[in-house]
Amino acid sequence: MAGNKGRGRAAYTFNIEAVGFSRGEKLPDVVLKPPPLFPDTDYKPVPLKTGEGEDYVLALKQELRETVKRMPYFVETPEEKQDIERYSKRYVKVYKEEWIPDWRRLPRELMPRKKCKKAGPKSKKAKDTGKGTSLTNTADVLKKIEELEKRGDGEKSDEENEEKEGSKEKSKEGDDDEDDNAAEQEEYDEEEQEEENDYINSYFEDGDDFGADSDDNMDEATY
Amino acid sequence: MTQAEIKLCSLLLQEHFGEIVEKIGVHLIRTGSQPLRVIAHDTGTSLDQVKKALCVLIQHNLVIYQVHKRGVVEYEAQCSRVLRMLRYPRYIYTAKTLYSDTGELIVEELLLNGKMAMSAVVKKVADRLTETMEDGKTMDYAEVSNTFVRLADTHFVQRCPLVPATENSDPGPPPPAPTLVINEKDMYLVPKLSLIGKGKRRRSSDEDATGEPKAKRPKHTTDNKEMWPLAYSQSQHSRVNSEFQFTFQTQTSSEIVRTMLRMSEITTSSSAPFTQPLSSNEIFRSLPVGYNISKQVLDQYLTLLADDPLEFVGKSGDSGGGMYVINLHKALGSLATATLESVVQERFGSRCARIFRLVLQKKHLEQKQVEDFAMIPAKEAKDMLYKMLSENFISLQEIPKTPDHAPSRTFYLYTVNILSAARMLLHRCYKSVANLIERRQFETKENKRLLEKSQRVEAIIASMQATGAEEAQLQEIEEMITAPERQQLETLKRNVNKLDACEIQVDETIFLLESYIESTMKRQ
Repeated sequence: MAGNKGRGRAAYTFNIEAVGFSRGEKLPDVVLKPPPLFPDTDYKPVPLKTGEGEDYVLALKQELRETVKRMPYFVETPEEKQDIERYSKRYVKVYKEEWIPDWRRLPRELMPRKKCKKAGPKSKKAKDTGKGTSLTNTADVLKKIEELEKRGDGEKSDEENEEKEGSKEKSKEGDDDEDDNAAEQEEYDEEEQEEENDYINSYFEDGDDFGADSDDNMDEATY
Repeated sequence: MTQAEIKLCSLLLQEHFGEIVEKIGVHLIRTGSQPLRVIAHDTGTSLDQVKKALCVLIQHNLVIYQVHKRGVVEYEAQCSRVLRMLRYPRYIYTAKTLYSDTGELIVEELLLNGKMAMSAVVKKVADRLTETMEDGKTMDYAEVSNTFVRLADTHFVQRCPLVPATENSDPGPPPPAPTLVINEKDMYLVPKLSLIGKGKRRRSSDEDATGEPKAKRPKHTTDNKEMWPLAYSQSQHSRVNSEFQFTFQTQTSSEIVRTMLRMSEITTSSSAPFTQPLSSNEIFRSLPVGYNISKQVLDQYLTLLADDPLEFVGKSGDSGGGMYVINLHKALGSLATATLESVVQERFGSRCARIFRLVLQKKHLEQKQVEDFAMIPAKEAKDMLYKMLSENFISLQEIPKTPDHAPSRTFYLYTVNILSAARMLLHRCYKSVANLIERRQFETKENKRLLEKSQRVEAIIASMQATGAEEAQLQEIEEMITAPERQQLETLKRNVNKLDACEIQVDETIFLLESYIESTMKRQ
């Protein structure tokens, strides 16, 4: 490219006329910056189509946009805990229908796992959704609270780690892993009951037992 | 997937399903097929949320899953399906024009929910219609089911693939003939519906036995009707129909073509180049009632259409009074070309458009020839050609005279490659829709405070009206929004409407270009 400059005049290797301009003509300046973000247009855009059909489609579009926000498929991002809990927040919440997917059509690994312990050998099989029964919120929650309380009363502290607990832990770990032969299928639980933290619920059970039993049954050392 | 498409997908997913689903969806579109754990790890979201998001996406047919060896399930997103979400309002409108309000509501429910069982859809739609009707009247389940069956017949709705029945506790074998048994009087019983089937996926027969709380059946076969792919092809036919109307001069000829298209809706797949041949007798019989043209006139029209240089309608045989086909591929091609021409005209001016049409017609032209044929001075012609070249509407074809491709001994010809120009334009359309959505979201966010205020005021007014308040009080509440604020709200509303309308219109162009590209690719 720079080679030939010294040996006489630079000659173009092709017919310069073919490109369209002659030698020595003033060419436009080299552009040294990126093109503008909003370049001027010489021609203004054509007006939009109007008409009854278009208006109707527009209305449909806007309605659809509002409706999808209210559907249960719209997954809200979990909000950060605000420093001051506002009283009005409780009343602004929009009531959303709960949606239970048809688990027969979905891979089993997508079912959410309950973090709370199950009552050992009595593993609950998933109710066939074909029955069409959906879990009612309040009845279930009350039942679960009762079960947990009952279990909490009879529970020893974690240091004991009886085999019963050990097997439960293991079964819990097993569930969290690949679930291809999941023996225990859990019911689809409401979101409120699943805590999105890393703590296994069994480590801290508040209530009467906290601290009270630990002194009595110290067979093993505390870590 | 190009960056523009991914961006558009992300905006659409966010609007419809929220940020978590959007993150998962976009990740899947970008990286292809992945198992659950990898998705959770790569996106940094918790496993629970990933599961929820995947459930939603699968429900709406945007993600499919496959079981690989060793039991690993991999999930794959379908970008084209996500882009279809832009077109939902158009589908609903098409259903409305063809099947009136009932059809519209059925389609809307199916689109909102992804897939639903027929019984659920019928019930929901009937309830909705009952609400809007006058007091005392209720919507007949039968009517809704009929509309549903008609929608299924014309392929607007399609059945989802069934989970294969592993147990033999199925009550009753599928009946051989369609019977619609409806219990109208008892509103709590979902009507039993059974449909006949042909073909494995489409509509295999099945009993819908649900709903009765007393008789607990251990298992019922599903009869979900899925909206997606067929609505696409079906609406496509309807849309292509309407496009055709504009190209035909007289109403009669457009009516004839529309009839032909309607007849071939089911028989032709969405990307076939030709419709099935239709005999002129059939066309005559299928013309809409009230359209009084005699058989001879129809024949004349058909002959004229077949001889037309545009070649939309072709004659493929002589039996049955003449067999005629519609050349869909050609039609789409000319529609796409017209779009390109119009874009060039609006962007660069009518002289550029003249050059463009010239090159289109003559296929390959040298620079000198362009100047001569177009009768435009050399400098300007050169300028315009290079402008179009830089925007990729026109491309350059080199024809070397010597094997060493020396520039002085090579012909440079300008040509228009319609397929690549269409692709380029389509890419631009995706970008512009993404920009429109972003701008709309920006405008809404800017005025969020004002919008919330106006919503609150409306809510207050509504509640006060319900409890019976005086005019003066209402007036006071309304004045909470000052005049400049009202002005601002008006401007905002106008802008948002305009942006929405733009999106809808760009979507039409997208539809056209996509159909053309698909049809061309199928032929190759």
